[in-house]
Amino acid sequence: MSLWVDKYRPRSLDTLSHNGHLTSVLQSISQQPRDLPHLLLYGPNGSGKKTRCMALLESIFGQGVYKMKIDVRQFVTPSNRKLDLNVVSSAYHLEITPSDMGINDRIVIQQLLKEVAQMEQVDFQESQDGLAHRYKCVVINEADSLTRDAQAALRRTMEKYSRNVRLIMLCDSVSSIISPIKSRCFMVRCPAPPNDETVNILNYVASKEKVQLESDEVLKVIAQESEGNLRKALLMLESMALCNEMQLKKSTPIIKPDWESVISKLATKIQKEKSVGCLVECRSFLYDLLAHCIPARTILQELTFALLRNSSNEKAKIAILQTSSIFDERLSLGNKPIYHLEGFVARAMCSM
Amino acid sequence: MFEGFGANKRRKVNIEEEPEHTKPWVEKYRPKKLDDVSAQDHTISVLKKTLTSANLPHMLFYGPPGTGKTSTIFALTRELYGPELSKTRVLELNASDERGIAIVREKVKNFARLTVSKPSKEALEKYPCPPYKIIILDEADSMTADAQSALRRTMENHSNVTRFCLICNYVTRIIDPLASRCSKFRFKSLDESNAIGRLKEISQLENVPHEEGALQRILEISNGDMRRAITLLQSAAKRLGFGELDKITSQEVEELAGLVPTHILQEMLNKVSQGNVNEIIEYVNEFVKNGWSAVSVVNQLHDYYITSNDYGTDFKNKISLLLFDADAKLANGTNEHLQLLNLLVQISQVPT
Ligand SMILES: Nc1ncnc2c1ncn2[C@@H]1O[C@H](COP(=O)(O)OP(=O)(O)O)[C@@H](O)[C@H]1O
Ligand SMILES: [Mg+2]
Repeated sequence: MSLWVDKYRPRSLDTLSHNGHLTSVLQSISQQPRDLPHLLLYGPNGSGKKTRCMALLESIFGQGVYKMKIDVRQFVTPSNRKLDLNVVSSAYHLEITPSDMGINDRIVIQQLLKEVAQMEQVDFQESQDGLAHRYKCVVINEADSLTRDAQAALRRTMEKYSRNVRLIMLCDSVSSIISPIKSRCFMVRCPAPPNDETVNILNYVASKEKVQLESDEVLKVIAQESEGNLRKALLMLESMALCNEMQLKKSTPIIKPDWESVISKLATKIQKEKSVGCLVECRSFLYDLLAHCIPARTILQELTFALLRNSSNEKAKIAILQTSSIFDERLSLGNKPIYHLEGFVARAMCSM
Repeated sequence: MFEGFGANKRRKVNIEEEPEHTKPWVEKYRPKKLDDVSAQDHTISVLKKTLTSANLPHMLFYGPPGTGKTSTIFALTRELYGPELSKTRVLELNASDERGIAIVREKVKNFARLTVSKPSKEALEKYPCPPYKIIILDEADSMTADAQSALRRTMENHSNVTRFCLICNYVTRIIDPLASRCSKFRFKSLDESNAIGRLKEISQLENVPHEEGALQRILEISNGDMRRAITLLQSAAKRLGFGELDKITSQEVEELAGLVPTHILQEMLNKVSQGNVNEIIEYVNEFVKNGWSAVSVVNQLHDYYITSNDYGTDFKNKISLLLFDADAKLANGTNEHLQLLNLLVQISQVPT
């Protein structure tokens, strides 16, 4: 049994919910896919980039794109180290995620792209408009975490192999994508759904799953809490429904992930006491969060906003934001997150 | 055993023979002859002289992305050797290739050592076919300084049979001893009067109707990057025939380029000038859900503040510093939400 998020994921362009304009952009792309440029889909987490990407592929290649398999591939680095990597692929596309390959992303991507580029689909359908299937699509998830090296390497490759390979890159933020790549892509912005759309989608899923709703109110609260992240909203709906025997009332408490409440507690602690002892206690909170695989930048963001909410002093808010922006940068540049998170906590204590 | 992706359905192809209509427009309209390269008159006329004298120096092409550097060198080699002979006389190494010291040396050595194949009679009639080979190092600014200094020796050792062409965006990233061995060619960022002709030509060939001023808008947004301009034109053309759209409009172009619409930018500026921190926080929370790129917001704010007549120099200086700081942080792959919020809050605190 799959999660509701996956079970009710739209699989074709016509069933995509929210944002008709964006859907029409994708439809216009799929209508003449022959000379498709490379694509870059960007927008906040949970706004449905992957869903739209797959729906687009479906409209170009047909249902076959959902017949996916996972292969273990071996790559050899120049220093002769072997690495194994799982590659998800269908007959028409393959997917890669940079964080699976760390600093070797350039080698892996180049090797895969070269391989794909040297082959060409021979069974492309003559029926549609001819050559739509001549190329294979390579989907790069989290393209914003590609190393600079890998991005630089993509520049010529994207031009050289443009006949047989089309890239579809997905990312939350385009700021860390170098501009020579952006100028090679059709950029598609994917906004998060507004709250009323989220409510509609939740309503649909709830009725399909036979969840009894006292009123829409509870869905509105979920939509509000999920901040435009549809995945989060659906996960919340599912866990709340399962915990309350499929009956949701206006008064049903919202279930938030544990780590969020840990961060709120951490924020309160920071605000209450300014001492080394407290800093040591905060450290164990941070270690705990990191041990549960909560990304450091998410911790920093949530913590910043929790501190902003708790504080009533405008000066303090400004100082916290400024500190946060500095430590955010250190997080991206450094590679020991705990140092920078702790540094932030210490500075935040002083500015309260 | 694993045999490549869908090996049964794919066959090897020769990448050279590419039907034009399956390529994205940037590739389809890549200049094929030196004469097709627009807006680089000086460079092109000098290069054409070398065609007749058949004595080519080592070359260094530098300039911003999308100004025709890669296209020019390939056009030049084609005019020197013709399409057949180019295959054996030209070696391209770019950032996607392994370019460590040892590997470059090895590759260059092997390539230089191969005896030059005799040009056929037809080729000799049509092309100058000078008796040396050309090695193109594209995107050379991504090579380390060490690899570059190793290249110095290699260049000297093989200078009787090879000519090098280095291509880069920033000439300062090429070490001096290397740069001083080359004739330098600067590629200017394309200005409007030059580039508009090319865009008009493409839109005619592809039959895309456009509103008065839409092509100009494309060029303004692309900022002298012809590749971006052509990609944008193609993106906009894909949208034709959907909804009301029967010709390319400036508005559609701005939307596709990911610019924040003026009225929303104005709304943001109003919030900032009112200076209420809580309201700015609220506003940014909603704003980021739309997925606009923070870099684009920073650029648009920059254009607004710097060109506005309502502010004094001192204010503009302070704002500029804040904008540059935010831009630098964003380029390091930081959290867009935090950075944008911090930027706006900081701006709101600058006294006018
Ligand atoms: N001077 C120019 N004249 C005509 N087209 C150009 C020119 N410069 C760039 N282009 C267009 O932009 C694309 C990229 O050009 P390219 O030569 O690869 O740029 P770069 O300078 O980044 O190597 C080309 O395919 C071509 O369509
Ligand atoms: Mg180039």
